[in-house]
Amino acid sequence: MTERPVKLACRHVWKIYGPHPERLLAGGAVPTMEEIRQSDHVGAVRDVTLEVAEGEIFVIMGLSGSGKSTLVRCLSRLIEPTGGEILYDGEDLLKASPARMIEIRRHRMGMVFQHFALLPHLTVLENVAFPLEIQGMDRAAREARAREVVQLVGLQGREGNYPRQLSGGQQQRVGIARSLAVEPDLWFLDEPFSALDPLIRREMQEEFLRIQRQLKKTIIFITHDFDEAIRLADRIAIIKDGAVVQVATPEDLVLAPANDYVAAFTAHVTRSKVVTLGRLAVAGLPDSVAGTLPGAARIEEVAERIVSADAPFAVERDGQVIGHVTPAAVISVLIGRSA
Amino acid sequence: MTLWRGIWAGIALIALGLTIFATVPAGWLWPPQAMHLPFAAWLSAGMKWLTDSAAIGPVTVKGLTRAFATLIEAPYEVVKVLLVDGITEGKGRRATTIIPPLSWVAVTVAAVALGHYARSIWLGLLAGALMAYLAIFGQWDSAMVTLASIAIAVPLGVVGGVVQGIAAWRWRWVERVLTPILDLMQTIPTFAFLVPILVLFGFGPVAALLATIIYAMPPMVRVTVVALRAVPSEIVDFANMAGCTPWQRMRKVMLPVALPDLMVGVNQVIMLSLNMVIIASMIGAGGLGADVLESLRRLNIGGGVEAGLAITALAVVLDRLSQAMSERVARSEPRKGNWWRRHPRTTIVLAVTLATGALGYLIPALQDWPKAWQITTKPFWSDLIAHINVNYFDQLEAVRVWFLETLLLPVKRFFLALPWPFLLAVLTLAGWRLGGLRLAALVLALGLFIAASGLWEQAMITVYLCGLSVVLAMVIGVPLGILAASNQTAGRIIGTVVDTLQTLPSFVYLIPVVMLFRVGDFSAMIAVVLFALVPAVKYTAHGLRSVPAELIEAGVVCGCTRGQILRKVRLPMAVPMILLGLNQTILLALSMLVITALVGTRDLGQEVYAALATADVGRGLVAGLAVAAIAIIADRLIGVAASRARAKLAAT
Repeated sequence: MTERPVKLACRHVWKIYGPHPERLLAGGAVPTMEEIRQSDHVGAVRDVTLEVAEGEIFVIMGLSGSGKSTLVRCLSRLIEPTGGEILYDGEDLLKASPARMIEIRRHRMGMVFQHFALLPHLTVLENVAFPLEIQGMDRAAREARAREVVQLVGLQGREGNYPRQLSGGQQQRVGIARSLAVEPDLWFLDEPFSALDPLIRREMQEEFLRIQRQLKKTIIFITHDFDEAIRLADRIAIIKDGAVVQVATPEDLVLAPANDYVAAFTAHVTRSKVVTLGRLAVAGLPDSVAGTLPGAARIEEVAERIVSADAPFAVERDGQVIGHVTPAAVISVLIGRSA
Repeated sequence: MTLWRGIWAGIALIALGLTIFATVPAGWLWPPQAMHLPFAAWLSAGMKWLTDSAAIGPVTVKGLTRAFATLIEAPYEVVKVLLVDGITEGKGRRATTIIPPLSWVAVTVAAVALGHYARSIWLGLLAGALMAYLAIFGQWDSAMVTLASIAIAVPLGVVGGVVQGIAAWRWRWVERVLTPILDLMQTIPTFAFLVPILVLFGFGPVAALLATIIYAMPPMVRVTVVALRAVPSEIVDFANMAGCTPWQRMRKVMLPVALPDLMVGVNQVIMLSLNMVIIASMIGAGGLGADVLESLRRLNIGGGVEAGLAITALAVVLDRLSQAMSERVARSEPRKGNWWRRHPRTTIVLAVTLATGALGYLIPALQDWPKAWQITTKPFWSDLIAHINVNYFDQLEAVRVWFLETLLLPVKRFFLALPWPFLLAVLTLAGWRLGGLRLAALVLALGLFIAASGLWEQAMITVYLCGLSVVLAMVIGVPLGILAASNQTAGRIIGTVVDTLQTLPSFVYLIPVVMLFRVGDFSAMIAVVLFALVPAVKYTAHGLRSVPAELIEAGVVCGCTRGQILRKVRLPMAVPMILLGLNQTILLALSMLVITALVGTRDLGQEVYAALATADVGRGLVAGLAVAAIAIIADRLIGVAASRARAKLAAT
């Protein structure tokens, strides 16, 4: 992942609420949680440094009140951070003028909201076309583009409906379509599926992965649901009390939690859902293998094949064989004995 | 807690003892002359300076008010031409009509179309029937004068209110400046508005219009601020993320999303405008209000009742139509085809207007409802009232005397015998207990203002009449509210009656009361009770209905009888809401009380009314501010009590 260029980076971003937040950071000071609290301030985002690579699904995971929503609003500058830098393609957003910020948001950012934030007085088509209307695009062009994205999220035939006539899942499809209408590079999703029923949530996650395979956006995805994070993320940042606790791939997070707080989340995660073949592979090749599998495949996806073949498989990464896995090793992961 | 209960009981006993047994030295009973500050003279001098010499740069205030008046006058003239005058040539009696105003048929059809558009053909027919009533019963011309004023006052009031509301939403300091002004404007009695306007703008429809706009605007400002705040923060975030400029965000996102809430404000502006246009007949608004006023002054029973019914009809039409508009659900399928197919109702109304306008030259009945066909109910009402007064005079008189002797006079004596420092001390103590030092200071300051204004006696009469009316309104209103909340049929009937009562301008209440009980405190009290009853009923019913179903189920599971559920579960939970209703009842009672000056009370209202007659700005404003001071004291004390009651319920 590191070889991909960095799309969005934030360095030492702070958001402190209270009477004189800037004083706490004066002269490059790094106040502790206690110092902030004792001076009657609240540290919603504390010294966050992150790098999100192009085309990556970067999930920010935290419980309610952990500051994840504030953080994503700082990254999009909906909330003015107290200090730090936010670099989007190398440009510091915090130094951008209001006019420049409008320009960036109109063309290069999209956002999906937890409660959909659809405009109740507009139809599906008008909602999706709204960001284009704001830019001054003429009706025919924006409606044509809106129809394309409505199609992309599978809502064709619903263009003339009003949001109140749609189910929650459908409404969020409209929200997704609307955020994609301007073809943004950077896509923020703020707990997009949290307000949906579990079954619909599942379906929408699949849908989201399908769309992402097609569009390959750089994504910052907020959630409080660790399972969701693991399903969707390339990398996850766990935050607590406004600060980042650990940034890692789902697999590293589960196998090597940085502290007890992270471990509490990962303890109940089914290992086979996160552990990849590459991690399980042992060097060398036995005399005969039943086939070759990619190292990035998660155990869950290939367990059936390996176990029913009852023979070792070769594991490859970037076209090179890096070792093999045995059915026994796979079974140990499945029953949670090792790794 | 028990300690304080004892202290309050002690204070009540002392008060009673003081008023019955003690002879209080003169300066202690009412504030001594030496304390009086010449507020009235100051205000009059200020007003004189304002009209004579004040200037903003090169523009004098007088010039400014003139310009303002012209600004309103122009559209008013246009609407008046449309609805009342038509285009005429010549002046006075020799005037000949060239193009007539909109015919009664056209306006009635427009009302039907509007009702159909807003909700259903039934609403349209109701609106049409009431408009036809106005024509048939000979109230058309007056009603159209009133309607013309409303047609101008409402758009100006709404636009002005929305603009101020947006500013208050956008900038904190604007809100901080506006809030106390709005509070004061909602508590100052309507009459008090009229005095300075009369001085600045003179007597006539334009001054009346201006008073109407100023009076009706504050709720729109408030509603706008609340509606904009209620737009979900995610939607504001979305607007920013879509790259809206601040103007786009307001116009394309905030206002459309807030529209349903804003329409509630529009309904309020319409109803307040109607109320004020009627009252503003005192400074020359004309129309139905002038008819009522005239009838009241000449004790013309039939005429008064007829004009009152016409106002009621107009009020119901305006209220139902504007309410339906605010609840209207957008049609999801736009109509297709050419213009008249897409706008069938507008087409019909335009066609009828043109047709009746043209045919009106041949068949005058289409233009004006013929005088010969007019039905008048004046003799009927006069006879009815005369009949009642002749045959039931003794009974009515007995009721009146009983109330006066057992209730009104003792309470009045009690309040007039209370030493003023004692009353102030008790109020300040209550303020301190309920809301801390700040509230105590506010209550004390407002009380001292009344004491220093030299209007203590009038203020006490106001407090006694208002207090008694409020108690009666609560005694009648709360049980009605309980009934409405516990029985569906009763709820529907009471709801309809209460809604209708609420739409009536305050003036209308005076008519039947004066007819039956003549002038005096008792008549005033009945009018005030009727007017202030609405919130007592509504808030009680609402409070009881909004008790969570879970709590009631919990009560049922515990084996409560219906009575126990009401007494032990629903009523305690509804207390904060009922307190808010009490608060509203007091404010309404005060505003109505001032208007009852017309039926000869001797309170602060009379002071304002007298000032209006003599165009004495200082006197009118001081009395108005004294009423406002009483209202604010009551409002703050009860408001704090209500929120404390709510906090207590939320904590458990």
